Amino acid sequence: MVELGNFSPEERAAQEERLRKVWKTPGGWRYWTSVNNSEIGLWYGVTAFAFMLFAGALGLLMRAQLATPNNNLISAELYNQAFTLHGTVMMFLFAVPIFEAVAIFLLPSMLGARELPFPRLSAFGFWSFLLGGIFVCGSIFFNAAPNAGWFMYPPLATDKEYAGIGADIWLLGLSFIEVASIAAAVEIIVGIMKCRAPGMRINMMPMFAWYLLIVAGMILFAFPPLIAGDILFEMERMFDWPFFDVSRGGDPLLWQHLFWIFGHPEVYIIFLPAIALMAMIVPTFSQRPIVGYSWIVLAAVGTGFLSFGLWVHHMFTTGLPQISLAFFSAASEAVAIPTGVQIFVFIATMLAGRVIFSVPMLFGAGGLAIFTIGGLTGVMVALAPFDWQAHDTYFIVAHLHYVLIGGMFFPIVAGIYYYFPFVTGKKLSDAWGKVAFWLMFVGFNVGFFPMHFSGLRGMPRRIFTYPEEFGWDLFNLVSTIGAFIFAAGVLTFVIDIFRPKPKPETRNLNPWNAGTLEWTNDPDESWGMRSVPIITSRYPLWEQENLQADIEAGRFYLPDAKSGKRETLVTSVLDAEPIQCLRVGGVSYVPMISALALGGVFIALTFHWWIPTIICAVITFIAIIWWLWTGTAQIPEAEEVDVGLGQKLPVYVSGPASVGWWAMFITMVGDGTAFASLIFGYFFYWTVHDDFTAGAVGPGAFWPMVALVLFVIAWLLTIAARQLNEKGPSGCRAALVAGILVSIAACLAGLAGPYFHGMDPTSNVYPATVWVIVIWTVVHGAVGIIMQVYCLARSLADRMTPEHDQDICNVTLYWHFMAFTAVVTFAVLGLFPMVSR
Amino acid sequence: MKSFIPREVESLWTLFTAPTVWAIHFVGCYAAVAVYCAKAATLDFSFGTVRLALGGFTVVALAVIVLSAWLAWRQWGFGAGDPPHDEPTRKARTLFQGFATLLLSGLSFVAVLYMAIPLILIAECQR
Repeated sequence: MVELGNFSPEERAAQEERLRKVWKTPGGWRYWTSVNNSEIGLWYGVTAFAFMLFAGALGLLMRAQLATPNNNLISAELYNQAFTLHGTVMMFLFAVPIFEAVAIFLLPSMLGARELPFPRLSAFGFWSFLLGGIFVCGSIFFNAAPNAGWFMYPPLATDKEYAGIGADIWLLGLSFIEVASIAAAVEIIVGIMKCRAPGMRINMMPMFAWYLLIVAGMILFAFPPLIAGDILFEMERMFDWPFFDVSRGGDPLLWQHLFWIFGHPEVYIIFLPAIALMAMIVPTFSQRPIVGYSWIVLAAVGTGFLSFGLWVHHMFTTGLPQISLAFFSAASEAVAIPTGVQIFVFIATMLAGRVIFSVPMLFGAGGLAIFTIGGLTGVMVALAPFDWQAHDTYFIVAHLHYVLIGGMFFPIVAGIYYYFPFVTGKKLSDAWGKVAFWLMFVGFNVGFFPMHFSGLRGMPRRIFTYPEEFGWDLFNLVSTIGAFIFAAGVLTFVIDIFRPKPKPETRNLNPWNAGTLEWTNDPDESWGMRSVPIITSRYPLWEQENLQADIEAGRFYLPDAKSGKRETLVTSVLDAEPIQCLRVGGVSYVPMISALALGGVFIALTFHWWIPTIICAVITFIAIIWWLWTGTAQIPEAEEVDVGLGQKLPVYVSGPASVGWWAMFITMVGDGTAFASLIFGYFFYWTVHDDFTAGAVGPGAFWPMVALVLFVIAWLLTIAARQLNEKGPSGCRAALVAGILVSIAACLAGLAGPYFHGMDPTSNVYPATVWVIVIWTVVHGAVGIIMQVYCLARSLADRMTPEHDQDICNVTLYWHFMAFTAVVTFAVLGLFPMVSR
Repeated sequence: MKSFIPREVESLWTLFTAPTVWAIHFVGCYAAVAVYCAKAATLDFSFGTVRLALGGFTVVALAVIVLSAWLAWRQWGFGAGDPPHDEPTRKARTLFQGFATLLLSGLSFVAVLYMAIPLILIAECQR
């Protein structure tokens, strides 16, 4: 057993003074340069919530229009924009970001960390999200919003006559936000794997962390296919490359595949974090540990995997072979197993404990009831023959709202009621909460249940009005009334949040008597944990004596901030043994500037303003290089620092032990998924045509093989540079220079194939596909060259030395993926046309 | 004599073995029938052959899952201790990993079986 620290009151006051100074949130307008997880999480959450209210108002507008037959409250065009934006905003600007917000806010406190490993990346993600979100939402006020439905099916959405600039706004605005989501995934995975409090082994992790780990992993595999799809789509809209144009060999179904490979896991990406909140709330109000911890892990991991085998159930009516449909039908039924397991775990926990029916529990239980109904209709529509009847009717609208509002919105509201005291130190009102709950619960069911019937009577989704004689009017009127009752409930909740509340008379950090670590934090201090505790239980506040007092007395790790830098502990993945004292980035303008400049790139591209695009791209590039140069892989003043409890830990580590290496690895896994999606596209076109080259010339075999060999040499040179760096800088620099030259040659050779064979990407989908894959690889090659130049510069500036080699280790890791990308690209493009028939 | 059964590994990744096998099996089945049904005219074997081959693939996938389940069962001490495995020890952590992996193997086994049902029941591409 470790001897805990013991400090006199004066020492403690001095420590707190130093900690406060280091973690201080700047005042005035500089407040917005803050990167602290509590600020970023709060901004993120409030912004996402505001977008939700906006999209909700659009929903009410639609319901008002549909209240009576032949209504002319709004025009068909505005209705189209309203439903497209309603779906888009709810999914991309509320459901996913709100969980990123909650994760950024809560995770460090739950895990016992001071901060997540990349606070500036979180800030970057937030500013990207804010700008992209305003851009997408604002478009409706200029009558320019996307209007082809939230899944943007071509050929409707590629038709420039019908879907004007709105489709570009959707594609570019959301691509930008997808970048933010992947940034959050990196942050969350590395945070959960490496930044837990000492002793918090993986069998001790809070349930929330397990769910979030799985969800972040899912983001890595779900979002990149959509990014790949966005690239193809935007190339078609901007440059007339015919990926989805049937007359030139394209196929709209490819978009549907790529969209739903993203879109179905997305449902679970939304659902699991909400259930994760329930997994924190249910034990607290049952006043006992969760029953079946391992079963929850089974449910989370199982759902995470199976959810990737469901995408075609959105495409049951597209004429795919029936055996393919049956595979997806089977997987869609299978996913009900883990989903059922988690619901039974909650019920078992409630039965085993004494349930306190407070407001968070009301919302949680009500949400689960609603979700269960949505899950059951889900099992119905997972059966292909039933789906052929119900497809694109209001039955589906009812199903998806039952799933999303029951499975996501109600638990989120439960979570807000539950964590409000954690954020502000004050509780929301029980009386208001009960009124809000019953309005929402009753309003929701009155609003959405009749949609099952209007759907079964044949009412298609997305129509802006309907004639009287179809017998849909009563159902629609009831739905509209229900929707407004539901909205009244949401309004009650919003008023409760913003109404002035008195400060509680006695300081009570843990008003619900919860057992998990986050409730030790004082919302008035921005340092998170006063000292990083040693964890020996799943519910430390219930089972570890004196924990709160010891944390506050600074008796554990990192009770001080003598270095004047923001520090947190890094621990090992499985057993959470302390291995590093990590210095994280502090207050800075650079994330905001990078995000705004990158946003400028996307916005300027939408309007085809090429010069502003280039200017913004250059600013983004400079900002990011500046960010890396001044903020990462800093050589510390001493190799080891005292972290308290008589332990010294290194400050600088490189390779797989470092958080940066993991971040690169995770990012490249996502990047590799996007690349795999493009390759999938190549083979998809091969399957839909008898001759997928349509008689057009290919890139030949010669240049692709030259490019392949050169990329492999460049990769080997990069590895050599890392190895030589251990012996001294000169060999490393020589290898880097050679690597840069070979890489340039490799990129040029890659482009030479399609260029010298005169492949015209607008003529047919085959040359377009070849070009897009080559460009993808060459752009990655260019990034690889920038990295090599960066390492060379760092070496020359003595910021990268034989002992301090984070930069070259991470760049080598990038090049492993680069080499893989290049080998696949050029082998497929150069050789496959010769062997295919 | 060297055993062909892997030694115990200290890694988080083993947790994902069985679901990964499910994923590979799923993608394999989907890709095989999609390519076959698109290119049937140029291929000189029947759909029955594809089903048979995928049936064999399913048996292999199930066998790997059973192996993973057995390893998990061993890691769980062959059921010697009961959950919740929440003690702050390396031992409890290992037992927890074993148990969770075993559960996931069970789910994956069932999910792979689900995938085999269409292979038994559907005898042609049928659009």
